[in-house]
Amino acid sequence: MTTTLKPVDAVLVGFGWTGAIMGQQLCDAGLSVVALERGPWRDTATDFATGFAQDELRYMWRHHLFQNVADDTLTIRNNVNQDALPMRRLGSFLLGTGVGSGGVHWNGQIWRFLPTDFLTKSHNQQRYGKKAVSDNDLTVQDWGITYDQLEPFYDQFDKLCGTSGKAGNLRGEILPGGNPFEGPRSYEYPTPPMPQTYGPTLFGKAAAELGRHPFPHPTGNMSEAYTNPLGVQMGACTYCGFCEKFGCGNYSKASPQTTVLPYLLRKSNFTLKTECEVLRVELTPDKKRATGVTYVNSAGEEFFQPAEMVILSAYVLQNVRLLLLSGIGKPYDPKTGEGVVGKNYAYQTMSSVNVFFDDKIINPFIGAGALATVIDDFNGDNFDHGGLGFIGGAYIAGMVTGGRPIEMIYTPEGTPAWGLEWKHAAAKNYLRSFSLSIHGSCMSARGNYLDLDPTYRDIHGRPMLRMTFDFTQNDHKMSNYLTDRAAEVAKAMNPREIKLNRRTGSWNVTPYQTTHNTGGAIMGDSPKNSVVNKYLQSWDVPNVFSMGAGAFPQNAGYNPTATLAALAYLSADAIKSQYLKAPGPLVRG
Amino acid sequence: MGTKVNLDRRNFLIGGVAAGVAGVTVAAIHDGELGAPPQTIRGSVPWKEGTADAPPGATGSGYVYFTTVEAAFIEAAVGRLIPNDPVGPGGVEANVPFFLDRQLAGPFGRGDHYFLGGPWPKGTPEQGYQSRFSPAQLYRAAIVAIDQYVGANLGAAAFSALATADQDKLLKGLESGDVKLDGGVDSKSFFAMLLQNTKEGYFSDPIYGGNKDMGAWKMIGFPGAHYDYKEWVSRHGERVPYPTVGFKGRPGWTEGS
Repeated sequence: MTTTLKPVDAVLVGFGWTGAIMGQQLCDAGLSVVALERGPWRDTATDFATGFAQDELRYMWRHHLFQNVADDTLTIRNNVNQDALPMRRLGSFLLGTGVGSGGVHWNGQIWRFLPTDFLTKSHNQQRYGKKAVSDNDLTVQDWGITYDQLEPFYDQFDKLCGTSGKAGNLRGEILPGGNPFEGPRSYEYPTPPMPQTYGPTLFGKAAAELGRHPFPHPTGNMSEAYTNPLGVQMGACTYCGFCEKFGCGNYSKASPQTTVLPYLLRKSNFTLKTECEVLRVELTPDKKRATGVTYVNSAGEEFFQPAEMVILSAYVLQNVRLLLLSGIGKPYDPKTGEGVVGKNYAYQTMSSVNVFFDDKIINPFIGAGALATVIDDFNGDNFDHGGLGFIGGAYIAGMVTGGRPIEMIYTPEGTPAWGLEWKHAAAKNYLRSFSLSIHGSCMSARGNYLDLDPTYRDIHGRPMLRMTFDFTQNDHKMSNYLTDRAAEVAKAMNPREIKLNRRTGSWNVTPYQTTHNTGGAIMGDSPKNSVVNKYLQSWDVPNVFSMGAGAFPQNAGYNPTATLAALAYLSADAIKSQYLKAPGPLVRG
Repeated sequence: MGTKVNLDRRNFLIGGVAAGVAGVTVAAIHDGELGAPPQTIRGSVPWKEGTADAPPGATGSGYVYFTTVEAAFIEAAVGRLIPNDPVGPGGVEANVPFFLDRQLAGPFGRGDHYFLGGPWPKGTPEQGYQSRFSPAQLYRAAIVAIDQYVGANLGAAAFSALATADQDKLLKGLESGDVKLDGGVDSKSFFAMLLQNTKEGYFSDPIYGGNKDMGAWKMIGFPGAHYDYKEWVSRHGERVPYPTVGFKGRPGWTEGS
């Protein structure tokens, strides 16, 4: 028995960063908006107060804020010749749920992609030849937009978050202290960069000695108090070292809760419903138009919410799954290369270098989610790839996000994982070590994709999503090259020793790597090569818009949040300025 | 979720946490994400004074999950994974076995955050945990299987009866997977879980029952649950003189201090 509710102008499916941004934008334009979030309500004072937020066991290892795989997970395999099996426990990525979702327990690392990152295929083909973008079965594409088109919306997100940082390229002028490789910014960062702790400072000094260009990591952890354009206030970060996997109890990390919700929830045309999971998007019989969504709440009651527009603002994996379950767009087939939904799933290629000192007290527990000094000399196409055999790159960060002892004790090469020798190494090195993070791109490839699993089902009886993924030779080569560049900086710090943690072998679901899943609902310039157009509008069902990193045709060597937030602003702008006047396709396919 | 209790923050910080969350520890709470009633939010940010999503600390004493035989294995194994010496506490001295008992008796042990549905074919190493067992079930089955292995191959009554050198050798065999166990137990999976949970008990906040007197934190130099290091950010290379503190405070804290 399904209850039909009063129609609304727009329904938001999922309420993290993109849901909050779209809610604010569409409500300000006067639309009636209902947001459906499958997880619980969460609020700083109640759910992650400073009295108990610094709880490594509960939040990191017991997954208190994360999606519960007992209720919903996906199946995984490295290639089409294997049987996919369920991800029975979170590991490699830590999926969000609840109001704010991953925007609550992210690190706050705010990056713009490089201008050439939006032209992955055409730029690299022009500079390095056709093989560079097709070898290793790569299926990289251009995005269908340029950096310049996205820049005003990056700026909008910076102002929402109060991003702390130093511009390296202000309207074309290269400024000292910032990232000289970044695309031109129209404005300086809203707040100054965070002061750097010892580890990042040592990294920056060593990198400069090697001729690299170190700069402070741009961050959504506030260097000082900030009031954003919506009138919402944030406080200065206290460097407690519990950002990623944790909620901030101090209103110092940009999140939907700390930047949007106090403003949005006051609007009479906005309603948020929690514990409500959307089962599918309903379409007209000709499948040309969405009529709304069907959802079930935690009491088991089923509803149909009619809506003029359906905004898929859940996580990448959920958005792609809803497209597949609802029959929107043609599913991708890796054998023929035809179809688009699920195509070009990509990830992030991570490695690290641990640095150990005898004579320096690093105090790793003084940290913040994006407290780092970074070099971008080897990211994207900031360096000559001639003869290297790969495209893409990574930023290298001397980063101290915290010193949480279950997760973040580094021991030297050859130390056993337990016993007295391990204990002594932990006691000796905890205060005197830190890690360089190599945050690499992940190029899309023919065999990496998302579809529906033929065997396993969720608690609602729907097929799970199936992820088929492995790192390509392109990404292994990139990661090895970048790890060597990081090791050079590590050695230049004159430590007692270093340890290289290379990205070897096939993708493994167990160790945490990063929650930067991308692709599967990619944007592009034609319905033949993409799921959505440059405004994130479905080519097939034009009153459906799909937000998030699912739109990335491949993943660059940066954290995805600012780019997916900027795309949401760009989409909202097109909806307000064009779509509402004449609902229909914004780009002719 | 579903654990929100009335909580005075000051009482909580000073030591009222055990009273505040009594019954939560081993009660059947599902702290997953679909456990709360649906809510419609409009007009303002919902907030209720004095409520907090308080952590579910361990309560009571003695074992509630482990049998005597299981406890003998756990105490012996944890003592080898983290041996005691003057550098810092061993796993047993840090109360890790008690921590493990309370964890296995609660939502973690029940597998509330595991997907345990079938079918259950054996996967590749890259596909991670693929057992039908919840963590509590895995511990139970593994301890039986290990003691059987010891009886059949090493001529002792149980793992706990072996000399420590032989215990270490067997643990290494579990770690590498060279020791094969009966009863559907994957030795590598069990060892990985035991070692991870042991380190969790050793280094987590003492409210969960391990890390007694914050001894493991003191050993490495982690000051605990402080939340403001602003004045130390730019003081490079100096030791931060803050005393180690947990959620319930530290020795020397008194009412009104």
